[in-house]
Amino acid sequence: METFAQVVLDGLLSGMVYALVAAGLCLIWGVMDVINFAHGEYLMIAMYVSYWLGFLANIDPVVSVIAAGVFIFIIGALTYLLIIRYTVGKPPLAALLATFGLAMFLKNLCLNRFSPNFLILSDTWLGGKTFQLGGLIFPAPQLAAAALALIVVGLVYLLINSTRFGWAVQATAMDREAAELMGIDTERIYILIFGIGGACVGIAGGIMPSYLAVHPEVGSLFGLIAFVCVAMGGFGSIPGAFLAGLLVGVAEALAGFYIAPVFKYIAVFGLYLAVVFLRPKGIFGW
Amino acid sequence: MALLEVREVTKKFGQLVANDRISFSVEEGSIVGLIGPNGAGKTTLFNCISGLFKPEGGQVVFDGKDITGEPPYRIARMGAVRTFQVVRPLKDMSVLENVLVGAFLRTSDRGEALTRAEECLRLCNLTAYRDRMAGDLPIGGKKRLEMARALATGPRLLMLDEVMAGLNTTELKAALDVILRLRDSGITLMVVEHVMEGIMPIADKVVVLDGGTKIAEDIPARIVRDERVIEAYLGAKYGRRLKNGTQGGSRD
Amino acid sequence: MMNTKVIDLKDALWLLLLAVLALLPLVPFVSGSFFGMHVLILVLLFASMAQAWNIIGGYCGQVSFGHSVFFGIGAYGAGMAVVTYGGLPWGGILAGMVLAAVVAVIISYPCFKLTGHYFAIATFAIVEIFNRAFLVWEWVGGALGLDYPVIEEGLANLMWYETKEGYYYCALGLFVIVFGIVRWLESHRFGYYMRAVREGQETAESLGVNSTAVKLGAMAISAALAALCGSFFVQYNLRVDPPMVMSLDMSMKFVLVTILGGSGTLAGPLLGAAVLIPLQEYTRAFWGGLGGGVDLMIFGVLIIVIVIKEPAGIIGILAGIGKSLARRGGTAQGGA
Ligand SMILES: Nc1ncnc2c1ncn2[C@@H]1O[C@H](COP(=O)(O)OP(=O)(O)OP(=O)(O)O)[C@@H](O)[C@H]1O
Ligand SMILES: [Mg+2]
Repeated sequence: METFAQVVLDGLLSGMVYALVAAGLCLIWGVMDVINFAHGEYLMIAMYVSYWLGFLANIDPVVSVIAAGVFIFIIGALTYLLIIRYTVGKPPLAALLATFGLAMFLKNLCLNRFSPNFLILSDTWLGGKTFQLGGLIFPAPQLAAAALALIVVGLVYLLINSTRFGWAVQATAMDREAAELMGIDTERIYILIFGIGGACVGIAGGIMPSYLAVHPEVGSLFGLIAFVCVAMGGFGSIPGAFLAGLLVGVAEALAGFYIAPVFKYIAVFGLYLAVVFLRPKGIFGW
Repeated sequence: MALLEVREVTKKFGQLVANDRISFSVEEGSIVGLIGPNGAGKTTLFNCISGLFKPEGGQVVFDGKDITGEPPYRIARMGAVRTFQVVRPLKDMSVLENVLVGAFLRTSDRGEALTRAEECLRLCNLTAYRDRMAGDLPIGGKKRLEMARALATGPRLLMLDEVMAGLNTTELKAALDVILRLRDSGITLMVVEHVMEGIMPIADKVVVLDGGTKIAEDIPARIVRDERVIEAYLGAKYGRRLKNGTQGGSRD
Repeated sequence: MMNTKVIDLKDALWLLLLAVLALLPLVPFVSGSFFGMHVLILVLLFASMAQAWNIIGGYCGQVSFGHSVFFGIGAYGAGMAVVTYGGLPWGGILAGMVLAAVVAVIISYPCFKLTGHYFAIATFAIVEIFNRAFLVWEWVGGALGLDYPVIEEGLANLMWYETKEGYYYCALGLFVIVFGIVRWLESHRFGYYMRAVREGQETAESLGVNSTAVKLGAMAISAALAALCGSFFVQYNLRVDPPMVMSLDMSMKFVLVTILGGSGTLAGPLLGAAVLIPLQEYTRAFWGGLGGGVDLMIFGVLIIVIVIKEPAGIIGILAGIGKSLARRGGTAQGGA
């Protein structure tokens, strides 16, 4: 029983980070109906940012989170300005394919610059530390990442649902032309949404070097899992993506522990198929 | 026995009852007009008959078989084919290819389908547009394409949803000619029209819908004198115009 | 009639191209270059793969990112026939094709109820599931994959060591089969039905087209041909493991080559492969040494540029050139 609880806890902790990664993607998908294929590569770059800040300047990932968030905010905004903007009005998959090209570019850029080696940051504040509570072990880095994820997802949710900016975002998502007629600068909304979506995944990637090795391929799987979470949650629903993130985290942990590690992802992707075959627009979709 | 029988068909959209227990029949070889003001439920009824919507109640019987709730392709194969009021060209295919898709319903031989398609194009006066992309046609052309494509399937019952909207008098006359020719070739027709002048002289029977219910069903000569029809339909639209003595006016 | 003449001309051009392709290895400059032959073989293989995808993705409009699964099933079919059972590859090729078609239909039936991104992501998920399942499945060789033993070369074993001519003619055969099938489909009822479903599913249904059957049929043919390409791939590489064949990157190649060339057209996949593959192979050869990745960086940028600038692909560019030439010709005549 105790092991089971521990496994579920580990799943929930990593699920919250998935939720944060997915929230960024979800925002972009919900507002622009675009799947950003380079989302996982944003995460990878954020990890490199955090890693190099730690390695060269001795800044801990807990602090680097801010730099990583800002950096990916800029990359996100640039992605919109340089690529996504030009896919509007093209076939629906144009943005997906273009961002696949971007993902390929970013991944190989990092491969070329930083080699395929796994880079591990040693002596971080949180690395290796654990707490014990009621017989459960809480690894400190994962706990911090989960807490951070919870805060950021909450803030994003509030931003979208209870601010003037959020209202403008929702109006734009519903009907771009109508929003323009209401005087909303939708172009600016799109840039900001891409930036904020990037910042979410940037923050997630920023903290990860506390407990994960950095390498050029690290983002791909996270990216895929984020797609699955967003789609499972339902079109552009942040609570949906959050719930899906937790489900995915738990499914992954349970399958990994009770069956075999390789079954982690079979369970995750199988869960996605099971959900959408029953509810073709996701849990919170309509 | 009638070719098509609509029995107590009911279709709701939430609170709105778009078709309320509608019944009538269409005799083989006849032309039936289906008229009524905007939002009366004419297109909805076509959707129920052609299988696009599943009615909440009632039955649609075609050629003696209950086709309620059958998928659209099966109903089309049985010979009941419709056009769309809001035109739906297969955009990235040429006009000829659009019609070929219809023609392939009765033959898998390309040559045979081609002959049939060309014939339908000629009949609907589209030969000049033959190799144009369907998405590039002017609206009138797209309406005629709807008809040519449906016709190419070799239907027994052809359901036309406002294919004559927006035609001028000469074009209208040509279109009516085509419809009569089709009838003479053995096709049964159900025609939804706003243009009363058009449908009245050629229809064997007219069914009038208003607010989702059938308010009249009779031969045209009596329909134009029917109190309720004049009130519901002509009254709202033509009556006022005639009374005020104004000309033109909006389509709706 | 005009129309038939135009079609004949097109087919004549295709036959001419085939003749040139068939005679190419006789040119000493090409046949002498091992690398040149390798690139030619890959062009034909990827053109065939893209054409197989084109059936369901281009003509029928169902953009699947799952084709590496069918490709992989074909590869494993041949691979297991040779490695696991020590026989000839042919039975395995056939079994792989049939199995791929069956799997495609079973998977696609529920997936076709999904739309847009939900469909796309479902196909990603399926690739990942198959990839992982094959990694742990001992019967198919698990993570180690299958390594071909050294056996007698020749057509019976579909294997050559010293020269590439044998592979080249097999690739050409593959190309002819796949393109021939698509050419046939294109001009027959099924081809029209596929395009009608792509352009408007409800409209097609209203004309008597069973859209579900058309989509499943297209998927089955497409998957079987993808499997055929997969068996050639494994015979050419003489080894297979899950990441080699069943991966998202491999799936993407099917899509990208087609879209780059022009999806939903017969020539598109060949044009796409003829441009992308040499580019990929030569950048790899030239820049592969610079710490790796440069070739794929260029590739990535290229994809972005093409998607943004010319979504109709190379065919679109050619059509544009053709149109402007025609216009110039027209105005010149008009002016005279
Ligand atoms: N898919 C739908 N969902 C909800 N309501 C619908 C739908 N289709 C039609 N309606 C409603 O049902 C009613 C009947 O519509 P319908 O299109 O059948 O009318 P119509 O007689 O064809 O009108 P018109 O002459 O304008 O074509 C209208 O009030 C319409 O708004
Ligand atoms: Mg209508």
